[in-house]
Amino acid sequence: MGLKIIVLAKQVPDTRNVGKDAMNADGTINRAALPAIFNPEDLNALELALRIKDNNPGTTVSILTMGPARASEVIREGMYRGADNGYLLTDRAFAGADTLATSYALATAIKKIGGYDLIIGGRQAIDGDTAQVGPQVAEKLGLGQITYTEEVLSLENGKITVRRHIDGGIEVVEGTLPLVLTVNGSAAPCRPRNAKLVQKFKYATSKSEENPAKEKYAEQLKGKDYLEITEWSVADVDGDTKQCGLSGSPTKVKKIENIIFQAKESKTITGSDADVENLIIELLNNHTIG
Amino acid sequence: MNNVFVYCEIEETTVAEVSLELLTKGRSLANKLNCQLEAVVIGSNLKGVEKQVIPYGVDVLHVFDDSRLYPYTSLPHSSIMINLFKEEKPQVCLMGATVIGRDLGPRVSSALTSGLTADCTQLEIGPHEDKRAGVTYENLLYQIRPAFGGNIVATIVNPEHRPQMATVREGVMKKEILDENYKGQVVEHEVGKYVSDTDFVIKVIERHVEKAKHNLKGAPIVIAGGYGMGSKENFQLLYDLAKELHGEVGASRAAVDAGFCEHDRQIGQTGLTVHPKLYIACGISGQIQHIAGMQDAGIIISINNDPNAPINTIADYVINGTVEEVLPKLIKYYKKNSK
Repeated sequence: MGLKIIVLAKQVPDTRNVGKDAMNADGTINRAALPAIFNPEDLNALELALRIKDNNPGTTVSILTMGPARASEVIREGMYRGADNGYLLTDRAFAGADTLATSYALATAIKKIGGYDLIIGGRQAIDGDTAQVGPQVAEKLGLGQITYTEEVLSLENGKITVRRHIDGGIEVVEGTLPLVLTVNGSAAPCRPRNAKLVQKFKYATSKSEENPAKEKYAEQLKGKDYLEITEWSVADVDGDTKQCGLSGSPTKVKKIENIIFQAKESKTITGSDADVENLIIELLNNHTIG
Repeated sequence: MNNVFVYCEIEETTVAEVSLELLTKGRSLANKLNCQLEAVVIGSNLKGVEKQVIPYGVDVLHVFDDSRLYPYTSLPHSSIMINLFKEEKPQVCLMGATVIGRDLGPRVSSALTSGLTADCTQLEIGPHEDKRAGVTYENLLYQIRPAFGGNIVATIVNPEHRPQMATVREGVMKKEILDENYKGQVVEHEVGKYVSDTDFVIKVIERHVEKAKHNLKGAPIVIAGGYGMGSKENFQLLYDLAKELHGEVGASRAAVDAGFCEHDRQIGQTGLTVHPKLYIACGISGQIQHIAGMQDAGIIISINNDPNAPINTIADYVINGTVEEVLPKLIKYYKKNSK
């Protein structure tokens, strides 16, 4: 029996590879200098969903993301790997959202999509590392949750058994669908793009994305509805703007500081034999080692 | 009403270290706010648990004891916290940034539409002025954490919503018994009033927890490797040096992400916090998240072939050289001179 799975994915700046030009002189972030990528643990989530699809014919996997128009890139990236379709939540009213306002927006969109069996997302996004959105979406939908998922061990008759990571070990838990899962980075890595799917979906766009190629090949693309990425605003998902974006965020950023380390008086030496030996003798003499 | 609450995590019947650390922090926040410190323990077979908790200066301990409440599952613990907080209206709630705290905290904050800040490295009390609205708030919880890949430190406040919630990793705060004979009240709650049967939708079938394979957290000497180690094979040099110096091996997140080292040895904001007397940073550039986990080390030695690596600014000794060159020499000259 096929299942309906929604994968939550986020396009994030690649904070793991921050170069020297990532910070402006005034201490603000130079976003243009950071490449935008598919949040790594959301790729683990996608793989988990695709494996369920492999084992359960008739299953559909939809990608849901929130962000500016260019966030459709993660939906296409998902399609190249086996997702069936995607939804982009985009609206100025969503901007400045903390995790609570983000989960409100995602939950309203999920309700609008409806009929789901599983909502699967990465444990956390690398630009915030909070791990809050998954459980908050679950709470807003009134669903149970399994966080830190590593692998689905069985899925039948509306019951799912998964292995999850816990502090210092693992746990095997069983739950009844529908459920929210968040997937840990220790889960299976995502399969690569499939060349046929890249060909099939490369012109998939949302309505506010401009794609010159799409106009050029308008004739050939006619009637291919699967190339339409659904795009929703706050109004489209019947959202309450007060609960979205900055106004729906209970947390406020009071202060942002650039890091200035308290510089110590340090002694710089070379890697020469004499320098290293003198350092060892000094550390032994002051009983730091030995 | 309006007190500071700490959710105490339980393994079997023992309160977790991180929760005890937060009780000490909670006590000092409560003193500044001139309010009481309250703690919540949810589990099974909890008779006598107050002896572990109250000496940290807890005025009221809420106990929820029911065989179905251990091991932890999300919904029953969430329901208890949400319903208890609706009655008690705390102003601050602290939880460990553990697998449990990071599963429970967001759910509770969502239900109460209160703000939650993950992985705080400092918590302070202070005022906040909202210039646009022309309002000044007194005695807010400053939730301070590195953000955005560690390039900045952000101070987060929740002006309007209560409780102000924060999670903190183990080892970041210091636990300290206030008074072995501290007088606190124990309230044993009727679990059925807070939890419904439908909350038990997730069942734990199997559970394996192992004691940590290493004592990195308490090690007096830590040899840590970063992305600059170059490979998993080169990490062996760190183990060799650690064996000689009787230290433990740690790693930066970049090294863990690159597969050079297991995740349970990661030091930093999203890993362990260590307080050794000697910290040798090998091929670690020193992003703030890493520094957050080791800055209290007594003596810091940085081995790096980049003289401008940020970690060098907090190091006591900087060795300009490659790890492949320097590490074997450290071993060689330690062996030669220590006898």
